[in-house]
Order: sequence, then C-alpha cells, then structure tokens
Amino acid sequence: MPQTLKACAPPPYPMAPTMTPVTRFIRESAEVFTFDLAPECATPFAPGQFNMLYAFGVGEIPISISGDSQSPERLTHTIRAVGPVSAALGRLKAGDQVGLRGPFGVGWPVEEAKGFDVLLIGGGIGLAPLRPAIYWLLRHRAAYGRVGVLYGARTPEDLIFGAELEEWRRTPDLQLRVAVERAGPDWTGDVGYVTPLLSKLRFDPADAIAMICGPEVMIRATALALEDAGVADSRIFVSMERNMKCAIGHCGHCQFGPLFICKDGPVHRYDRVRSLLAYREL
Amino acid sequence: MAKADEAAATITVEGLQALLRAIRAGGYRAIGPTVQNQAIVYDDIESVDDLPRGVTDEQDGGRYRLARRDDDALFGYAVGPHSWKKYLHAPKLRLWTAERVGENASVTPEAPPTDRLAFIGVRACEIRAIEIQDKVLVNDMYVDPHYQALRESALIVAVNCGKAGGTCFCVSMHAGPRVEQGFDLALTELLDGTEHSFLVETGSDEGRALLAQVPHRLASSREVEAGEAVIEHTAASMGRNMRSDDLNELLMSNLEHPRWDEVATRCLSCTNCTLVCPTCFCTSVEDTSDLSGARAERWRRWDSCFTMDFSYIHGGSVRASAKSRYRQWMTHKLATWIDQFGSSGCVGCGRCITWCPVGIDITEEVRAIRGGDASTEDSR
Repeated sequence: MPQTLKACAPPPYPMAPTMTPVTRFIRESAEVFTFDLAPECATPFAPGQFNMLYAFGVGEIPISISGDSQSPERLTHTIRAVGPVSAALGRLKAGDQVGLRGPFGVGWPVEEAKGFDVLLIGGGIGLAPLRPAIYWLLRHRAAYGRVGVLYGARTPEDLIFGAELEEWRRTPDLQLRVAVERAGPDWTGDVGYVTPLLSKLRFDPADAIAMICGPEVMIRATALALEDAGVADSRIFVSMERNMKCAIGHCGHCQFGPLFICKDGPVHRYDRVRSLLAYREL
Repeated sequence: MAKADEAAATITVEGLQALLRAIRAGGYRAIGPTVQNQAIVYDDIESVDDLPRGVTDEQDGGRYRLARRDDDALFGYAVGPHSWKKYLHAPKLRLWTAERVGENASVTPEAPPTDRLAFIGVRACEIRAIEIQDKVLVNDMYVDPHYQALRESALIVAVNCGKAGGTCFCVSMHAGPRVEQGFDLALTELLDGTEHSFLVETGSDEGRALLAQVPHRLASSREVEAGEAVIEHTAASMGRNMRSDDLNELLMSNLEHPRWDEVATRCLSCTNCTLVCPTCFCTSVEDTSDLSGARAERWRRWDSCFTMDFSYIHGGSVRASAKSRYRQWMTHKLATWIDQFGSSGCVGCGRCITWCPVGIDITEEVRAIRGGDASTEDSR
C-alpha cells in the first residue's frame, strides 16, 4: 500500500462504481461488521461523508465512512446487516471486491467547531459516522475545548468498536459515557437512553457544538435535551438517513422538504431541519 | 439557442415538408407528434404526413379524447401523454455492465448515445420543462452524461400553440403559450380559409441554416399580426388557471392542511401524474445479475414518489400514507423545487390533470388549500 495515492480523476460516469478490494473484515457484533477498502486512487473524504457501496449483482447502498479521514488510502465502513445488500456486504471477506462510488455529501463541522466544546452523541450504528470526527478531534485535540462522547445501544452485546471504547475511556481530555437500554447484572455502565447522560458531561452550553447521529427519534430527543441544556439550535448538527439511489441529487429519493439528504447533507444544521422534523411522513 | 432575433419568414406546408427533409438529411432523427391508440404521442416521423392532420383533443380532469377539426391543421391540439423527457431522460436505461473474472470484477459504463434528435412541434411549456430538467441533470453538482449528450445535440423546432387544452394553465406558470427562447426554429401555424402556412422564427445559427435550405419568403405584416393573434387567442382561452406567485409559502405553511387528507381519499397513488409530468425526474436503479453471478448490470428507470418503495429505509417507508405521498409530490412540484433549483417544477401543461384516472386537479387542490373558491380566484 503506497503511503500517498494519486488522486482519482473526477468520474465521467458518476453512477459507475469502481471495484475495490476489501483488505480487512471484522465483526463488531451479531449484526454489525466493519471492513476496509483499498482504493486504487485517493478519494479524500471529510468526517461524516458517505460512500455508495455495491455488492456485486445484488445492489448498492449509502454507507458513512467510519475510518480516519487522515488515512484516506484506507476507506473503512461499518455496516449493520438489515437488508439484502447490507447482508451481502456482510458475507464478504478480505480479498473480495466491493463497488465504490464517493465520497458524497456534507460532513461534520469539525473546522467550525475549533475553539468550542464538542459533544458527539451516537445511537446504535450512529456511532460509526461519528468515529471519523472523534479521530479528527483527538488528532487536533488542542484546537478544541472539552470533548464529550455519548453512545447508546440496545444491549451490551450490540456495542460496536469495543476495544476503541476502552481506549477512549482511558484517553485524557475525552469524556465518554456509554448507556444501554437493557443489560444483565454484569453491566456496570449506565442503563437507559443517552439523553439523561448529557448532564454528566462537563461542557459550556453557550460555547458548545453538538453532533448527533442515530435513529430519527433519538436525534429529536437529543436535540431537544441539548436545547434545554442551553445549546443553540444553530450549533447542533444532525446526520440524517433517507432512501438513496444515486447520491448525486438525480434520483430524487432522499428529499426532505427542500433538502436533498445526499448533497445538502447527510449532516444538517439542526435549526435548518427542526421545523421539517416536526412533520410526520415528510 | 437564443431568443428569436430577426424578422419572421413564412413557409408553406410543402416548405415544412422540405424542412423535415433537410433536418433528416442533416443527420437528425426527427421525432414529432403522431396519432397512435387514440392519443397524440411522440414518435419518429419521416414526413408531414406522419403529423396529426386535422386532429384536435378534448381534455379535462381524467379525460382525453381525440376529435376531428374542420381544417387541416397539423398542430391543432395541446400536449398529449408523452413529453420529450421520454427521449432525453429515458424511461429505462442501462447504466453499466459488470463482469467478474476470477477474483476481479470490472465495470463498463454505457457510453452516451450518439443520436442527434430533432424534436418537432415542441410547445413553450415543454421548452420550459426541458430547461427545468437541465437544471437538475446538467447544471447542478453532477452531470448525467446520457442526458447531456442528447440534450446538447438536440434540435428544437418549436410551435406556438394555436389551441389551449382543457387542462392547460401555462399562462399561470409564465411558461407559455408563446415560445420565447430555447429553440432553433419556432413555427406559428396560420390557417386562413384556403391558405395554410407557417410563420418561422429562427433562434440559432443552426435554425437559420436550416431555414436557408427551405423555400421561404419574408412574412408580411398581416401574417405577423395573424401569428400574434393566434398566440393571444390561445393565452386567453386557458382551460385552467392557478395563482402561482406565493405557492412556496402557501404550501409549506399548510403542511397539515385537512385538504391533504381529503385528496388522499381520491388519490390512487397510481403514479400517472409523475410519469406524464415533463419535469418529474425521479428514478430508481435495478441491479441485476445472471444466474452464474459472473455478469451484472445496473438499469435506471423512472420512479415515482407515489410508490411505497420510493422512501423505504430499513423498517418501513418514510411516506407510508397516500396523504404524505401526494403532499410530497405537490409540495415538491410547486414549492420546494423553487428552493432547490430556483424555479417552480410546474409548467402548467395540465398533463397531471388529464391523465389522473380520478381527475385530481392540481389547480383545484391549490385553490382548496388557499381556502378560496374558483369565483374568488385571482386568475393569471
């Protein structure tokens, strides 16, 4: 693997994937797996951006990049097997190929957050799109104020990035709280949703930026709790999910009011989507 | 292609025939209105004889019938169920094929078509519709190479409408009936007792070169006036109207209006409106493979926001109710399109009204949400 890859030329056929080898496959939990792709040319990405991944002959889905944006020669994706394509991706092994298009979309505001306290709040697989932002913050730790990570999952068995969670727990200047909704007696951490854990983090609400990714109901509840805590809605960022067939603003599927989740998002400033989120089935 | 920029010429029906011949001789595939299955649809044409001579249409909500005219007009009808997106933004398109050899697979994109299409009889609303699709598929962040190739090489022979359809409201949408830009040649059909001729305006160098190959003469001032009168008469006889200056604010501040529930009791979610709409651009992809798993393809096909699959994410559809799907279609068309692409997504062609099997009328739905009725509706 060369350390610096030649930059990819802009693709003349934006819907055509490039078959790309899987270099590492690891299972995170019963449903969730992570694999790395080694692209033949560099497609630099920003934390929070996503790729379209194609399982040969099966189909293509949008998947956020869960790896380190400072090592774009390795594209890491963490996926929960919920449908035919994600299940097919889950049957891959190192040496197999995945069709790759991307990166797409607008990511987390890591530059704008410089000088602020930063809160990252993930629910379930929602921790995966936040991980590149966590890597970024740790790499540029001095540029930020206090950093807190809240992570919620259904059960301890559903937690992803287990070894890294341990590492982050030991990292100075990084507050981490992990909650599960249901747990056996051997779980010594928090039980319940992530929102009550906000009060356990040290941050200055007037000087904080929050990034949320998870199920939409969790996003709404968390944003509400952040506002109650005094964080301005213009300093809350949420990553959203919709059906997506093209990722280039052509297929129309991901529309959310005036927004295309693929190109205006997936990360949106909360004050720009909060009124839309209030409507059911929009 | 630019605005008409010089004095109009006049050609006869024979001149139109010569024009079609010149267009085809120039390497274009000529496509125009034809009568098929009791409707006026776009298809390949070879001569003036393929055009719907002496035919008109009667259109209303959920109703479309052809009828005879008492003259030999060649363009004496409004738009039918087809639009030019059928050619520029194909209903079904293979995007690429992929082949697996051993461990490695490779993807071969489908090359853009090299056909040069000549669209004959394009109405003002349809030019506007093409320009609207340009904004989505060529002038936004990403370019659709297939659309771009066909669009850039297409020749547009426009027609100023001589008859407003029963569901037309282009005047309300400021999209017609006068063809103002985006054409190579623009015709106005003149039927004056025994005389049958066409005023021709040129809108591009290519249009001028084509006209030069065809017998024509400078239009008389009487003919120019007659052409103006045709357009004015069409503008004054729109079958529908709809106030359109405030639709973004009106609809987006009425997302919970009871009318959405009411229209949902009539809407069949059949997708007809989106298929006949000349601006609806939504597509889906189908990934297929052969039985051996060695060859795969991706096809793109028109899709519709009226299907449940359209908004499906694991666990269910975001828009599970017919109410939410109708609301998505109409608010996108008339309101959020403006935020996204700087113009309404509606050109007032009336197709969605005519081809709705239950006759849902977008102008009437807007009126209902506005809370007024037809008598107080401030027209055009």
